[in-house]
Amino acid sequence: MKTLKNKAKTQFLALSENESFARIFTAGFVRNLGVTPSLLADIKTVVSEAVTNAIVHGYRGRDAESSLVFLELKYYSDKTLIITVTDRGCGIPDIEEAMQPFFTTDAEGERSGMGLPIMDAFSDSLRLTSSPKGTRVTMKKKLL
Amino acid sequence: MKTQSAFKNGEYIVRISGDIDHHTTLGIREEIDAGLVTNKPKRLILDLSETDFMDSSGLGLILGRLRKCTEAQIGFVLVNPRPPVIKILRLAGVEKMLDIRIL
Ligand SMILES: Nc1ncnc2c1ncn2[C@@H]1O[C@H](COP(=O)(O)OP(=O)(O)OP(=O)(O)O)[C@@H](O)[C@H]1O
Ligand SMILES: [Mg+2]
Repeated sequence: MKTLKNKAKTQFLALSENESFARIFTAGFVRNLGVTPSLLADIKTVVSEAVTNAIVHGYRGRDAESSLVFLELKYYSDKTLIITVTDRGCGIPDIEEAMQPFFTTDAEGERSGMGLPIMDAFSDSLRLTSSPKGTRVTMKKKLL
Repeated sequence: MKTQSAFKNGEYIVRISGDIDHHTTLGIREEIDAGLVTNKPKRLILDLSETDFMDSSGLGLILGRLRKCTEAQIGFVLVNPRPPVIKILRLAGVEKMLDIRIL
């Protein structure tokens, strides 16, 4: 049976400067878990993508002072890392459409529409739940 | 993130050190686009040898500059992207559209 080995949680305002904070927080959490540089790069990338989406899309047009992004990391005895990023923003109307490579609702912002496909490819599993009250992305990554 | 740029023999070289993410892309884009206007280069060279991190925001930056340079008939070259950056370019299927040089 797998047991929880470690857990860390943080929350921060939906400001773009917190994208690097989220990556550094995550890198710190996995620091002593013996991850290879390429695995660490994957983990930082998926966290960065999810947090950026919360900031850019979830809270688009809202006051950053009252907009929070939640990041939770859990590490289990079977060497899996579970990353959960939650926002209380506008939600994704059509998840299937959002997952398509190059789909973006922000082409003027020079977005490539590759964030979700990257999260999908760089993690072992990706779950997205969304409603008009917000979005939650849960990703699993085996640290082997 | 830090940028360093140089212009010589019609080449406009921009070296980007550190992280390319949503937070840093706006400044990088403004700097490059302003440099394209003032220098009118034959070629834009993005030196990524010191780019430690890049996510899809950087992909947008690269594809946006590729489009802009193609329209203006300016060459566009990426120099020394590190493995994680190459991985993103490959996943997006744009690696073959780009002139990537490992020096
Ligand atoms: N947390 C979120 N809240 C609301 N909408 C979202 C959220 N995450 C993603 N979306 C929607 O899904 C679309 C696709 O997301 P994805 O990350 O793949 O691309 P992007 O963010 O538009 O571009 P890129 O990530 O390449 O910069 C977004 O354009 C947006 O419409
Ligand atoms: Mg995105």
